[in-house]
Amino acid sequence: MVTNPQSPYLPKTVEVVERIQETQTVFTLRLRFIDEGFSEQYRFQPGQFNMLYLYGVGEIPISIVSDPDGLPFIDHAIRVVGRVTKGMAKLKKGDRLGLRGPYGQGWPMDLARDKNLLVITGGLGCAPVVSAINYVIERRADFNKLTIMQGVKLPSDLVWRSRYEQWSQIPDTEIYLAADEGAANWPWHVGRVTELFDRMSLAPDTVAMLCGPEGMMRVCIKELVQRTIKEEFIFLSMERNMQCAVGSCGHCQFGPYFVCKDGPVFCYAKVKQLLAIKGV
Amino acid sequence: MDLYYLPRSGFSQLIDVLRNHAETIMVPKAQDGAMVFSELDPGEEIEAGWQEVQDAGRYSLEKTESPRWFKWATGPQALKPIVYPPREALWRVEKQGITFESVPESVPATAIIGVRACDLAALSLLDKHFLGSQFPDTAYKSRRDSLFIVAVDCARSAATCFCVSTGDGPSATQGFDIALSELEDGFVLRSGSARGESLLKGFSRANERQITLSEKQVDQAISMQTRQLPAQDLRSLINKSLESDAWEAIAARCLSCGNCTSVCPTCFCHSESALAELDGSSSTQYREWDSCFTQSHSYIHGIVIRSETATRYRQWFTHKLANWHEQYGRSGCVGCGRCISWCPVGIDITQEVATLNGN
Repeated sequence: MVTNPQSPYLPKTVEVVERIQETQTVFTLRLRFIDEGFSEQYRFQPGQFNMLYLYGVGEIPISIVSDPDGLPFIDHAIRVVGRVTKGMAKLKKGDRLGLRGPYGQGWPMDLARDKNLLVITGGLGCAPVVSAINYVIERRADFNKLTIMQGVKLPSDLVWRSRYEQWSQIPDTEIYLAADEGAANWPWHVGRVTELFDRMSLAPDTVAMLCGPEGMMRVCIKELVQRTIKEEFIFLSMERNMQCAVGSCGHCQFGPYFVCKDGPVFCYAKVKQLLAIKGV
Repeated sequence: MDLYYLPRSGFSQLIDVLRNHAETIMVPKAQDGAMVFSELDPGEEIEAGWQEVQDAGRYSLEKTESPRWFKWATGPQALKPIVYPPREALWRVEKQGITFESVPESVPATAIIGVRACDLAALSLLDKHFLGSQFPDTAYKSRRDSLFIVAVDCARSAATCFCVSTGDGPSATQGFDIALSELEDGFVLRSGSARGESLLKGFSRANERQITLSEKQVDQAISMQTRQLPAQDLRSLINKSLESDAWEAIAARCLSCGNCTSVCPTCFCHSESALAELDGSSSTQYREWDSCFTQSHSYIHGIVIRSETATRYRQWFTHKLANWHEQYGRSGCVGCGRCISWCPVGIDITQEVATLNGN
């Protein structure tokens, strides 16, 4: 008779150090392990995620947005979309939850060093790329020009407007925003996000990082490739149902890949065929 | 290789030595109209004569006059529910302090008799999935390590069997402790592990006639197989057919019920859920078999990636026959034919491959 040793699924207890309301629907949870031993072992790369567990409600994957040098604090920008995030929105300083991670492959920050970086996001905000932008901000001299592009359907979909205003203050940084429909308070481009490419010049040694709806990523990548950005320099953060985060439960399969362990960040050259097919 | 012989009347000797190694002995039993592995009670004997008729959408057990215990070819289960239960607790959390703890599980040393070659192939695939990872599954490992496997070579094949074409049967070649070849009056035995060999040492040697009979039976099982998968790797065929009309044609018949994924001995998908105690003081996280045929399988915040049956069937088929190669170095199909028998509308994976291949 044997008894199971400790499961890889077992979360560790963390506490809320601070909860910052960023916009009406987005908040940041700054977390820290209760046990200092776990804190000392914990390391992550920008683009990786944690599984966060809220007592009695459930466990969900959440991107880490803080800097790897910011440990022992681990920040998660969360938008209220479902049952678990709704519950997490009510957490206060000192409240506890479960955390296991970090999981997955992050952004290729080493490849991007000393090159231009183009970050493209679409839809309702995109936490996975925020970690890369924050990483560049902290090490501005290590990277060349930073360009941030975001496309939304409606101006009101730009959920964290003040952040773009902050980012536009970073040296050697350009921000391009587009909304499909205009509004009185929308000073930026009205039209498709891909139309923004005509307004910028892209150096060939640009590393592109994309995050957003697959349709948006597909059309943007087409533009990038036409503008002679190498397929090996294009990276995208994929999204699939992730429950176990260790490549076991099978939900996040994307062709032969498990998004939780082979991704969420993939090089375009590796997934180009799959990305072209609906329902994979 | 040393081959031993045990008359049917002396089989209890093997059970006795197994009892020295295992707390639980599991044997095939007819339950609810199908052969399943179930615990052998002290003094109980394995029931003779059961044989099944299988075909697309059909599984029906018949009691024959045969003295044989392993005349049936496959039941619906294989070893999957034994090493990877349909539902299991992963961990528990106390509300007070939000502290997490493993859920202790007692895993008895178990000897299981009557495992088929296809089941062994499937088990080695599940091992790759659950153990060959950066995060080995500790619960699976405890159950896996507790097994003492007594395999049996198939003397006949069901109409749905195609293990010859996948290279996984009908005779056991790896992954067992002891393998049996069942004759009318007894068993030819061989070992597949050091501990298996140590158990067989005391038995008498098989004679020429017994050995020849056992070999002929395997040939007979091979010749009975009418279904097959092409011998080559199907990756290129499938990957160039992802946008084929064939998926819609299958979807017109497929009920998206997920039976094939439940009976498939290599399907491993599972979902997680939290179950809180009624008083709210603690909660347990469970995992439960899931199927890529459900809507929730590919759900992400308001979007279902595979909302159509055609894309779900394509996911199952593509994963099984193509993506397994990338993930675990071989096809995920071991030729057991369970998905064919247990499909309520009789969709036949071998026929669908042939259709995709233009036949």
